[in-house]
Amino acid sequence: MDLVLDNLDLLRQGLWLTVQLSLLGFAGAFVVGVVLAACRVGPVGPLRRAATVFTEAMRNVPLVVLLYLVYFGLPKVDLLFSPFQSGLIGMSLYSGAYMAETIRSGINSVATGQAEAARSLGLTFLQVLGLVILPQALRTVVQPIGNLFSAHVKNTAIAATIGAFELTYVANQIGEAEAEAITLLVAAGIGYVLMLLPTGWLFSVLERRLVVHR
Amino acid sequence: MTAPVIADELGPRGRRRVQLATAVAVAVIAGLLAVAFMRLFTKGQFSATRWKPFTELDTIRALWLALVNTLKVAAVAGALAAVFGGALALARLSLTAPVRWVATALIELLRAYPLLLLIFFMPKFLKLAGLDVEPFWPLAIALMLYNGAILAEIFRAGILSLDRGQREASLSLGLSYWQTMGLVLVPQAVRRMLPAIVSQLITLLKDTALGTAIFYDELLRRADGLGNQFGNNLQMYVVVGMVYVAVNYALSRVARRLEVRQRRRFGAAGIAVAGVEDLTAVEAGADAEVPAR
Repeated sequence: MDLVLDNLDLLRQGLWLTVQLSLLGFAGAFVVGVVLAACRVGPVGPLRRAATVFTEAMRNVPLVVLLYLVYFGLPKVDLLFSPFQSGLIGMSLYSGAYMAETIRSGINSVATGQAEAARSLGLTFLQVLGLVILPQALRTVVQPIGNLFSAHVKNTAIAATIGAFELTYVANQIGEAEAEAITLLVAAGIGYVLMLLPTGWLFSVLERRLVVHR
Repeated sequence: MTAPVIADELGPRGRRRVQLATAVAVAVIAGLLAVAFMRLFTKGQFSATRWKPFTELDTIRALWLALVNTLKVAAVAGALAAVFGGALALARLSLTAPVRWVATALIELLRAYPLLLLIFFMPKFLKLAGLDVEPFWPLAIALMLYNGAILAEIFRAGILSLDRGQREASLSLGLSYWQTMGLVLVPQAVRRMLPAIVSQLITLLKDTALGTAIFYDELLRRADGLGNQFGNNLQMYVVVGMVYVAVNYALSRVARRLEVRQRRRFGAAGIAVAGVEDLTAVEAGADAEVPAR
Protein backbone atom coordinates (compact mmCIF):
# COMPACT_ATOMS: atom_id res chain seq x y z
CA MET A 1 0.00 0.00 0.00
CA ASP A 2 2.81 2.40 0.91
CA LEU A 3 4.40 1.88 -2.45
CA VAL A 4 1.24 3.09 -4.15
CA LEU A 5 0.77 6.05 -1.83
CA ASP A 6 4.41 7.12 -2.09
CA ASN A 7 4.23 7.06 -5.86
CA LEU A 8 0.77 8.51 -6.22
CA ASP A 9 2.18 11.46 -8.13
CA LEU A 10 3.93 9.23 -10.66
CA LEU A 11 0.81 7.13 -11.08
CA ARG A 12 -1.23 10.27 -11.63
CA GLN A 13 1.21 11.43 -14.30
CA GLY A 14 0.98 8.03 -15.94
CA LEU A 15 -2.80 8.14 -15.85
CA TRP A 16 -2.75 11.60 -17.42
CA LEU A 17 -0.63 10.38 -20.31
CA THR A 18 -2.95 7.41 -20.74
CA VAL A 19 -5.88 9.83 -20.90
CA GLN A 20 -4.08 11.90 -23.54
CA LEU A 21 -3.15 8.86 -25.60
CA SER A 22 -6.72 7.64 -25.35
CA LEU A 23 -8.50 10.84 -26.31
CA LEU A 24 -6.07 12.28 -28.87
CA GLY A 25 -5.35 8.87 -30.36
CA PHE A 26 -9.04 8.09 -30.67
CA ALA A 27 -9.73 11.45 -32.27
CA GLY A 28 -6.98 10.67 -34.76
CA ALA A 29 -8.41 7.21 -35.29
CA PHE A 30 -11.81 8.70 -36.02
CA VAL A 31 -10.39 10.96 -38.73
CA VAL A 32 -8.35 8.09 -40.22
CA GLY A 33 -11.40 5.83 -40.04
CA VAL A 34 -13.75 8.24 -41.80
CA VAL A 35 -11.23 8.90 -44.57
CA LEU A 36 -10.51 5.20 -45.08
CA ALA A 37 -14.19 4.29 -45.04
CA ALA A 38 -14.96 7.07 -47.53
CA CYS A 39 -12.23 5.77 -49.82
CA ARG A 40 -13.56 2.24 -49.58
CA VAL A 41 -17.14 3.04 -50.49
CA GLY A 42 -16.23 5.64 -53.08
CA PRO A 43 -16.17 5.30 -56.85
CA VAL A 44 -12.42 5.92 -57.26
CA GLY A 45 -10.74 2.58 -57.90
CA PRO A 46 -7.14 3.25 -56.82
CA LEU A 47 -8.25 4.89 -53.57
CA ARG A 48 -10.53 1.94 -52.85
CA ARG A 49 -7.75 -0.55 -53.36
CA ALA A 50 -5.18 1.49 -51.44
CA ALA A 51 -7.58 1.88 -48.50
CA THR A 52 -8.39 -1.84 -48.54
CA VAL A 53 -4.74 -2.86 -48.53
CA PHE A 54 -3.93 -0.36 -45.79
CA THR A 55 -6.84 -1.46 -43.60
CA GLU A 56 -6.03 -5.15 -43.96
CA ALA A 57 -2.37 -4.53 -43.19
CA MET A 58 -3.17 -2.51 -40.08
CA ARG A 59 -5.64 -5.09 -38.81
CA ASN A 60 -3.22 -7.96 -39.20
CA VAL A 61 -0.09 -6.40 -37.76
CA PRO A 62 0.35 -6.48 -33.98
CA LEU A 63 0.21 -2.98 -32.53
CA VAL A 64 3.60 -3.48 -30.85
CA VAL A 65 5.25 -4.15 -34.19
CA LEU A 66 3.71 -0.99 -35.56
CA LEU A 67 4.90 1.07 -32.61
CA TYR A 68 8.40 -0.42 -32.87
CA LEU A 69 8.44 0.45 -36.55
CA VAL A 70 7.49 4.06 -35.85
CA TYR A 71 9.68 4.57 -32.80
CA PHE A 72 12.78 2.49 -33.56
CA GLY A 73 12.47 2.16 -37.33
CA LEU A 74 11.62 5.60 -38.67
CA PRO A 75 14.61 7.35 -37.05
CA LYS A 76 16.69 5.46 -39.64
CA VAL A 77 15.21 7.78 -42.24
CA ASP A 78 15.58 10.78 -39.94
CA LEU A 79 11.97 10.80 -38.80
CA LEU A 80 12.27 11.19 -35.06
CA PHE A 81 9.28 10.98 -32.79
CA SER A 82 9.03 10.91 -29.01
CA PRO A 83 7.52 7.78 -27.47
CA PHE A 84 4.31 9.70 -26.91
CA GLN A 85 4.15 10.93 -30.49
CA SER A 86 4.99 7.48 -31.83
CA GLY A 87 2.23 6.03 -29.69
CA LEU A 88 -0.21 8.59 -30.99
CA ILE A 89 0.71 7.97 -34.63
CA GLY A 90 0.72 4.18 -34.35
CA MET A 91 -2.51 4.01 -32.39
CA SER A 92 -4.34 6.44 -34.67
CA LEU A 93 -3.49 4.27 -37.67
CA TYR A 94 -4.21 0.98 -35.89
CA SER A 95 -7.49 1.98 -34.28
CA GLY A 96 -8.30 3.97 -37.42
CA ALA A 97 -8.35 0.77 -39.48
CA TYR A 98 -10.83 -0.83 -37.07
CA MET A 99 -12.79 2.40 -37.04
CA ALA A 100 -12.97 2.30 -40.82
CA GLU A 101 -14.39 -1.21 -40.75
CA THR A 102 -16.95 -0.19 -38.14
CA ILE A 103 -18.03 2.91 -40.05
CA ARG A 104 -18.19 0.92 -43.25
CA SER A 105 -20.53 -1.60 -41.67
CA GLY A 106 -22.65 1.37 -40.59
CA ILE A 107 -22.63 2.71 -44.14
CA ASN A 108 -23.67 -0.68 -45.46
CA SER A 109 -26.61 -0.67 -43.06
CA VAL A 110 -28.05 2.53 -44.52
CA ALA A 111 -30.73 1.69 -47.07
CA THR A 112 -29.44 2.07 -50.63
CA GLY A 113 -32.50 4.16 -51.46
CA GLN A 114 -30.98 6.94 -49.39
CA ALA A 115 -27.91 7.21 -51.59
CA GLU A 116 -29.97 6.80 -54.75
CA ALA A 117 -32.38 9.53 -53.71
CA ALA A 118 -29.55 11.85 -52.74
CA ARG A 119 -27.79 11.26 -56.03
CA SER A 120 -30.90 11.80 -58.09
CA LEU A 121 -31.26 15.13 -56.32
CA GLY A 122 -27.92 16.00 -57.90
CA LEU A 123 -25.62 15.77 -54.87
CA THR A 124 -22.00 14.90 -55.55
CA PHE A 125 -20.34 11.86 -53.98
CA LEU A 126 -18.90 13.85 -51.09
CA GLN A 127 -22.23 15.52 -50.46
CA VAL A 128 -24.07 12.21 -50.55
CA LEU A 129 -21.58 10.75 -48.12
CA GLY A 130 -21.19 13.71 -45.80
CA LEU A 131 -24.75 15.03 -45.70
CA VAL A 132 -26.87 11.94 -46.15
CA ILE A 133 -25.07 8.65 -45.53
CA LEU A 134 -22.57 9.31 -42.76
CA PRO A 135 -24.99 11.08 -40.38
CA GLN A 136 -27.23 8.03 -40.57
CA ALA A 137 -24.41 5.49 -40.60
CA LEU A 138 -22.67 6.89 -37.53
CA ARG A 139 -25.89 6.74 -35.53
CA THR A 140 -26.13 3.01 -36.04
CA VAL A 141 -22.57 2.32 -34.90
CA VAL A 142 -22.45 4.31 -31.66
CA GLN A 143 -22.23 1.15 -29.57
CA PRO A 144 -19.49 -0.48 -31.70
CA ILE A 145 -17.50 2.75 -31.57
CA GLY A 146 -17.89 2.70 -27.79
CA ASN A 147 -16.46 -0.82 -27.71
CA LEU A 148 -13.68 0.30 -29.99
CA PHE A 149 -12.90 3.09 -27.56
CA SER A 150 -12.55 0.77 -24.61
CA ALA A 151 -10.30 -1.50 -26.66
CA HIS A 152 -8.32 1.59 -27.65
CA VAL A 153 -7.92 2.69 -24.02
CA LYS A 154 -6.60 -0.74 -23.11
CA ASN A 155 -4.29 -0.71 -26.11
CA THR A 156 -2.67 2.53 -24.94
CA ALA A 157 -0.83 0.31 -22.46
CA ILE A 158 1.19 -1.01 -25.39
CA ALA A 159 2.86 2.40 -25.72
CA ALA A 160 4.72 1.30 -22.58
CA THR A 161 6.80 -1.04 -24.75
CA ILE A 162 8.43 1.96 -26.44
CA GLY A 163 8.90 3.79 -23.15
CA ALA A 164 5.91 6.11 -23.13
CA PHE A 165 5.50 7.12 -19.52
CA GLU A 166 1.89 5.99 -19.20
CA LEU A 167 0.04 4.11 -16.50
CA THR A 168 1.16 0.57 -17.32
CA TYR A 169 4.78 1.68 -17.70
CA VAL A 170 4.72 3.52 -14.38
CA ALA A 171 3.05 0.63 -12.59
CA ASN A 172 5.58 -1.81 -13.99
CA GLN A 173 8.52 0.39 -13.05
CA ILE A 174 7.34 0.99 -9.50
CA GLY A 175 6.51 -2.66 -9.13
CA GLU A 176 10.02 -3.71 -10.08
CA ALA A 177 10.29 -5.14 -6.60
CA GLU A 178 7.82 -8.02 -6.65
CA ALA A 179 6.61 -7.58 -3.08
CA GLU A 180 3.75 -5.21 -3.78
CA ALA A 181 2.86 -6.45 -7.22
CA ILE A 182 -0.75 -7.14 -6.32
CA THR A 183 -1.40 -3.68 -4.89
CA LEU A 184 0.11 -2.05 -7.94
CA LEU A 185 -1.82 -4.23 -10.34
CA VAL A 186 -5.02 -3.28 -8.52
CA ALA A 187 -4.07 0.41 -8.47
CA ALA A 188 -3.31 0.49 -12.18
CA GLY A 189 -6.48 -1.46 -12.89
CA ILE A 190 -8.49 1.12 -10.98
CA GLY A 191 -6.89 3.78 -13.17
CA TYR A 192 -8.15 2.09 -16.32
CA VAL A 193 -11.58 1.45 -14.85
CA LEU A 194 -11.75 5.16 -13.94
CA MET A 195 -11.46 5.84 -17.65
CA LEU A 196 -13.63 3.04 -18.94
CA LEU A 197 -16.66 3.39 -16.66
CA PRO A 198 -17.55 7.03 -17.41
CA THR A 199 -16.90 6.65 -21.13
CA GLY A 200 -18.94 3.46 -21.24
CA TRP A 201 -21.76 5.37 -19.58
CA LEU A 202 -21.30 8.29 -22.00
CA PHE A 203 -21.55 5.99 -25.00
CA SER A 204 -24.70 4.34 -23.71
CA VAL A 205 -26.28 7.77 -23.23
CA LEU A 206 -25.21 8.71 -26.76
CA GLU A 207 -26.61 5.43 -28.01
CA ARG A 208 -29.99 6.17 -26.41
CA ARG A 209 -30.05 9.69 -27.79
CA LEU A 210 -28.85 9.00 -31.29
CA VAL A 211 -29.94 5.60 -32.45
CA VAL A 212 -33.05 5.64 -34.55
CA HIS A 213 -35.09 2.51 -34.08
CA ARG A 214 -36.66 1.35 -37.24
CA MET B 1 -18.25 -6.54 -49.86
CA THR B 2 -15.74 -4.33 -51.57
CA ALA B 3 -18.32 -3.10 -54.04
CA PRO B 4 -18.91 0.63 -53.79
CA VAL B 5 -22.29 1.16 -52.22
CA ILE B 6 -22.71 4.83 -52.92
CA ALA B 7 -21.88 5.25 -56.57
CA ASP B 8 -23.15 2.47 -58.77
CA GLU B 9 -24.38 3.50 -62.20
CA LEU B 10 -22.93 6.87 -63.09
CA GLY B 11 -23.97 9.25 -65.85
CA PRO B 12 -21.50 10.75 -68.35
CA ARG B 13 -20.62 13.69 -66.11
CA GLY B 14 -20.22 11.49 -63.07
CA ARG B 15 -17.95 9.16 -65.04
CA ARG B 16 -15.78 12.06 -66.16
CA ARG B 17 -15.51 13.26 -62.59
CA VAL B 18 -14.55 9.81 -61.40
CA GLN B 19 -11.95 9.52 -64.15
CA LEU B 20 -10.48 12.84 -63.10
CA ALA B 21 -10.48 11.80 -59.44
CA THR B 22 -8.87 8.50 -60.39
CA ALA B 23 -6.09 10.28 -62.25
CA VAL B 24 -5.50 12.62 -59.32
CA ALA B 25 -5.56 9.74 -56.86
CA VAL B 26 -3.06 7.74 -58.89
CA ALA B 27 -0.80 10.79 -59.10
CA VAL B 28 -1.01 11.43 -55.36
CA ILE B 29 -0.42 7.80 -54.40
CA ALA B 30 2.48 7.55 -56.85
CA GLY B 31 3.88 10.82 -55.50
CA LEU B 32 3.71 9.62 -51.92
CA LEU B 33 5.37 6.33 -52.82
CA ALA B 34 8.06 8.22 -54.73
CA VAL B 35 8.77 10.50 -51.77
CA ALA B 36 8.97 7.51 -49.44
CA PHE B 37 11.18 5.68 -51.91
CA MET B 38 13.54 8.62 -52.32
CA ARG B 39 13.73 9.11 -48.58
CA LEU B 40 14.58 5.46 -48.05
CA PHE B 41 17.03 5.55 -50.93
CA THR B 42 18.95 8.65 -49.86
CA LYS B 43 19.25 7.27 -46.32
CA GLY B 44 20.73 4.11 -47.75
CA GLN B 45 17.88 1.89 -46.62
CA PHE B 46 17.93 0.00 -49.90
CA SER B 47 21.63 -0.71 -49.72
CA ALA B 48 22.55 -4.34 -50.16
CA THR B 49 24.17 -4.66 -46.74
CA ARG B 50 20.82 -3.97 -45.07
CA TRP B 51 18.93 -6.55 -47.09
CA LYS B 52 21.62 -9.17 -47.50
CA PRO B 53 21.00 -10.79 -44.08
CA PHE B 54 17.56 -11.86 -45.30
CA THR B 55 19.17 -14.00 -47.96
CA GLU B 56 21.44 -15.75 -45.50
CA LEU B 57 20.39 -19.09 -44.19
CA ASP B 58 21.31 -18.27 -40.59
CA THR B 59 19.02 -15.24 -40.48
CA ILE B 60 16.15 -17.08 -42.11
CA ARG B 61 16.61 -19.96 -39.69
CA ALA B 62 16.69 -17.59 -36.70
CA LEU B 63 13.51 -15.87 -37.81
CA TRP B 64 11.86 -19.19 -38.55
CA LEU B 65 12.66 -20.53 -35.09
CA ALA B 66 11.30 -17.32 -33.58
CA LEU B 67 8.12 -17.74 -35.60
CA VAL B 68 7.88 -21.28 -34.25
CA ASN B 69 8.18 -19.84 -30.71
CA THR B 70 5.41 -17.38 -31.51
CA LEU B 71 3.17 -20.12 -32.86
CA LYS B 72 4.00 -22.38 -29.93
CA VAL B 73 2.96 -19.89 -27.28
CA ALA B 74 -0.11 -18.97 -29.34
CA ALA B 75 -1.15 -22.62 -29.61
CA VAL B 76 -0.64 -23.37 -25.93
CA ALA B 77 -2.31 -20.15 -24.80
CA GLY B 78 -5.13 -20.68 -27.29
CA ALA B 79 -5.84 -24.18 -26.06
CA LEU B 80 -5.69 -23.08 -22.42
CA ALA B 81 -7.92 -20.08 -23.18
CA ALA B 82 -10.51 -22.29 -24.87
CA VAL B 83 -10.70 -24.55 -21.81
CA PHE B 84 -10.67 -21.66 -19.35
CA GLY B 85 -13.19 -19.72 -21.43
CA GLY B 86 -15.47 -22.72 -21.68
CA ALA B 87 -15.39 -23.20 -17.92
CA LEU B 88 -16.07 -19.50 -17.33
CA ALA B 89 -18.96 -19.51 -19.78
CA LEU B 90 -20.56 -22.54 -18.12
CA ALA B 91 -20.02 -20.93 -14.73
CA ARG B 92 -21.62 -17.71 -15.88
CA LEU B 93 -24.64 -19.65 -17.13
CA SER B 94 -24.75 -21.74 -13.96
CA LEU B 95 -27.99 -22.31 -12.09
CA THR B 96 -26.25 -21.48 -8.80
CA ALA B 97 -26.29 -17.75 -8.25
CA PRO B 98 -22.96 -17.38 -6.37
CA VAL B 99 -21.10 -19.28 -9.10
CA ARG B 100 -22.68 -17.00 -11.66
CA TRP B 101 -21.63 -13.91 -9.70
CA VAL B 102 -18.05 -15.02 -9.32
CA ALA B 103 -17.74 -15.89 -12.99
CA THR B 104 -19.33 -12.62 -14.06
CA ALA B 105 -17.01 -10.61 -11.82
CA LEU B 106 -13.97 -12.51 -13.05
CA ILE B 107 -14.88 -12.09 -16.71
CA GLU B 108 -15.58 -8.38 -16.36
CA LEU B 109 -12.41 -7.83 -14.34
CA LEU B 110 -10.18 -9.64 -16.83
CA ARG B 111 -11.74 -7.81 -19.74
CA ALA B 112 -11.15 -4.44 -18.08
CA TYR B 113 -7.40 -4.97 -17.73
CA PRO B 114 -5.03 -4.10 -20.52
CA LEU B 115 -3.37 -7.33 -21.60
CA LEU B 116 0.11 -5.84 -21.34
CA LEU B 117 -0.47 -5.02 -17.67
CA LEU B 118 -1.26 -8.69 -17.03
CA ILE B 119 1.80 -9.72 -19.01
CA PHE B 120 4.05 -7.38 -17.03
CA PHE B 121 2.78 -8.59 -13.67
CA MET B 122 2.46 -12.31 -14.35
CA PRO B 123 6.21 -13.05 -13.96
CA LYS B 124 6.18 -11.13 -10.67
CA PHE B 125 3.25 -13.17 -9.39
CA LEU B 126 4.86 -16.41 -10.41
CA LYS B 127 8.04 -15.34 -8.68
CA LEU B 128 6.06 -14.45 -5.56
CA ALA B 129 4.53 -17.90 -5.70
CA GLY B 130 8.06 -19.29 -5.76
CA LEU B 131 7.99 -20.31 -9.41
CA ASP B 132 10.93 -18.96 -11.33
CA VAL B 133 10.07 -20.05 -14.84
CA GLU B 134 10.91 -19.12 -18.40
CA PRO B 135 8.94 -16.16 -19.79
CA PHE B 136 6.97 -18.65 -21.87
CA TRP B 137 4.64 -19.53 -19.01
CA PRO B 138 3.80 -16.08 -17.66
CA LEU B 139 3.07 -15.01 -21.22
CA ALA B 140 0.91 -18.05 -21.92
CA ILE B 141 -0.99 -17.62 -18.64
CA ALA B 142 -1.62 -13.91 -19.20
CA LEU B 143 -2.87 -14.64 -22.71
CA MET B 144 -5.02 -17.47 -21.37
CA LEU B 145 -6.65 -15.27 -18.71
CA TYR B 146 -7.40 -12.37 -21.00
CA ASN B 147 -8.54 -14.32 -24.05
CA GLY B 148 -10.32 -16.85 -21.89
CA ALA B 149 -12.59 -14.10 -20.61
CA ILE B 150 -13.36 -12.97 -24.14
CA LEU B 151 -13.87 -16.51 -25.42
CA ALA B 152 -16.21 -17.08 -22.47
CA GLU B 153 -18.37 -14.23 -23.70
CA ILE B 154 -18.33 -15.63 -27.20
CA PHE B 155 -19.32 -19.11 -25.98
CA ARG B 156 -22.04 -17.66 -23.79
CA ALA B 157 -23.40 -15.55 -26.61
CA GLY B 158 -23.46 -18.67 -28.76
CA ILE B 159 -25.38 -20.69 -26.19
CA LEU B 160 -27.83 -17.86 -25.55
CA SER B 161 -28.39 -17.36 -29.25
CA LEU B 162 -29.79 -20.87 -29.63
CA ASP B 163 -33.51 -21.29 -29.81
CA ARG B 164 -34.84 -21.97 -26.31
CA GLY B 165 -36.78 -24.87 -27.76
CA GLN B 166 -33.49 -26.76 -28.05
CA ARG B 167 -33.01 -26.68 -24.31
CA GLU B 168 -36.64 -27.31 -23.50
CA ALA B 169 -36.84 -30.24 -25.87
CA SER B 170 -33.75 -31.95 -24.54
CA LEU B 171 -34.79 -31.42 -20.93
CA SER B 172 -38.23 -32.85 -21.64
CA LEU B 173 -36.61 -35.86 -23.28
CA GLY B 174 -35.18 -36.53 -19.84
CA LEU B 175 -31.60 -35.46 -20.44
CA SER B 176 -29.90 -34.04 -17.38
CA TYR B 177 -28.59 -30.47 -17.22
CA TRP B 178 -25.07 -31.53 -18.16
CA GLN B 179 -26.26 -33.81 -20.93
CA THR B 180 -28.32 -30.95 -22.33
CA MET B 181 -25.30 -28.69 -22.23
CA GLY B 182 -22.76 -31.16 -23.48
CA LEU B 183 -24.75 -33.02 -26.10
CA VAL B 184 -27.15 -30.39 -27.38
CA LEU B 185 -26.30 -26.80 -26.58
CA VAL B 186 -22.50 -26.55 -26.58
CA PRO B 187 -21.92 -28.35 -29.90
CA GLN B 188 -24.40 -26.08 -31.67
CA ALA B 189 -23.07 -22.97 -29.99
CA VAL B 190 -19.45 -23.74 -30.84
CA ARG B 191 -20.34 -24.45 -34.43
CA ARG B 192 -22.29 -21.24 -34.69
CA MET B 193 -19.52 -19.21 -33.08
CA LEU B 194 -16.63 -20.83 -34.91
CA PRO B 195 -15.82 -17.78 -37.04
CA ALA B 196 -15.79 -15.55 -33.95
CA ILE B 197 -13.62 -18.05 -32.09
CA VAL B 198 -11.11 -18.25 -34.91
CA SER B 199 -11.01 -14.46 -35.12
CA GLN B 200 -10.28 -14.25 -31.43
CA LEU B 201 -7.49 -16.78 -31.82
CA ILE B 202 -6.00 -14.57 -34.53
CA THR B 203 -6.09 -11.67 -32.08
CA LEU B 204 -4.35 -13.92 -29.58
CA LEU B 205 -1.65 -14.69 -32.12
CA LYS B 206 -1.15 -10.96 -32.69
CA ASP B 207 -0.98 -10.38 -28.95
CA THR B 208 1.86 -12.87 -28.49
CA ALA B 209 4.11 -10.09 -29.82
CA LEU B 210 3.61 -8.42 -26.43
CA GLY B 211 5.75 -11.22 -25.02
CA THR B 212 8.67 -9.17 -26.22
CA ALA B 213 8.05 -6.91 -23.18
CA ILE B 214 8.94 -9.75 -20.81
CA PHE B 215 11.79 -11.03 -23.00
CA TYR B 216 10.09 -14.03 -24.47
CA ASP B 217 12.11 -14.93 -27.54
CA GLU B 218 9.35 -14.56 -30.13
CA LEU B 219 9.35 -13.04 -33.57
CA LEU B 220 9.47 -9.37 -32.62
CA ARG B 221 12.17 -9.79 -29.98
CA ARG B 222 14.29 -11.85 -32.32
CA ALA B 223 13.82 -9.26 -35.07
CA ASP B 224 14.85 -6.57 -32.61
CA GLY B 225 18.02 -8.42 -31.71
CA LEU B 226 18.93 -9.24 -35.30
CA GLY B 227 18.13 -5.68 -36.34
CA ASN B 228 20.56 -4.30 -33.80
CA GLN B 229 23.16 -6.82 -34.88
CA PHE B 230 22.94 -6.02 -38.59
CA GLY B 231 21.98 -2.38 -38.17
CA ASN B 232 18.81 -2.92 -40.19
CA ASN B 233 16.01 -2.46 -37.66
CA LEU B 234 13.72 -0.80 -40.15
CA GLN B 235 13.98 -3.68 -42.60
CA MET B 236 13.58 -6.23 -39.81
CA TYR B 237 10.36 -4.66 -38.52
CA VAL B 238 8.96 -4.40 -42.01
CA VAL B 239 9.75 -8.03 -42.78
CA VAL B 240 8.40 -9.26 -39.46
CA GLY B 241 5.30 -7.13 -39.92
CA MET B 242 4.75 -8.81 -43.27
CA VAL B 243 5.19 -12.24 -41.70
CA TYR B 244 2.46 -11.41 -39.19
CA VAL B 245 0.22 -10.10 -41.93
CA ALA B 246 0.76 -13.24 -43.99
CA VAL B 247 0.06 -15.65 -41.12
CA ASN B 248 -2.95 -13.72 -39.86
CA TYR B 249 -4.32 -13.14 -43.30
CA ALA B 250 -4.16 -16.86 -44.03
CA LEU B 251 -5.96 -17.60 -40.77
CA SER B 252 -8.59 -14.96 -41.38
CA ARG B 253 -9.22 -16.52 -44.79
CA VAL B 254 -9.99 -19.73 -42.93
CA ALA B 255 -12.35 -17.81 -40.66
CA ARG B 256 -14.06 -16.22 -43.62
CA ARG B 257 -14.49 -19.58 -45.29
CA LEU B 258 -15.95 -21.07 -42.12
CA GLU B 259 -18.33 -18.17 -41.94
CA VAL B 260 -19.49 -18.59 -45.50
CA ARG B 261 -19.99 -22.30 -44.99
CA GLN B 262 -21.93 -21.53 -41.85
CA ARG B 263 -24.19 -19.11 -43.68
CA ARG B 264 -24.85 -21.59 -46.40
CA ARG B 265 -25.65 -24.35 -43.98
CA PHE B 266 -27.63 -22.58 -41.32
CA GLY B 267 -29.00 -19.49 -42.99
CA ALA B 268 -27.59 -16.32 -41.49
CA ALA B 269 -26.41 -18.06 -38.35
CA GLY B 270 -22.68 -17.34 -38.07
CA ILE B 271 -21.70 -14.18 -36.24
CA ALA B 272 -18.66 -12.40 -37.65
CA VAL B 273 -16.19 -10.89 -35.22
CA ALA B 274 -12.78 -9.62 -36.18
CA GLY B 275 -11.30 -9.61 -32.70
CA VAL B 276 -11.87 -7.82 -29.41
CA GLU B 277 -12.14 -4.63 -31.32
CA ASP B 278 -15.54 -5.55 -32.61
CA LEU B 279 -17.15 -7.85 -30.16
CA THR B 280 -20.40 -5.96 -30.52
CA ALA B 281 -22.39 -8.55 -32.34
CA VAL B 282 -21.44 -11.07 -29.71
CA GLU B 283 -22.30 -8.77 -26.88
CA ALA B 284 -25.60 -7.81 -28.39
CA GLY B 285 -26.39 -11.53 -28.35
CA ALA B 286 -25.11 -12.04 -24.83
CA ASP B 287 -27.03 -9.14 -23.40
CA ALA B 288 -30.26 -10.63 -24.54
CA GLU B 289 -32.09 -11.81 -21.47
CA VAL B 290 -31.00 -15.02 -19.83
CA PRO B 291 -33.44 -17.71 -20.95
CA ALA B 292 -35.95 -19.05 -18.50
CA ARG B 293 -34.63 -22.04 -16.69
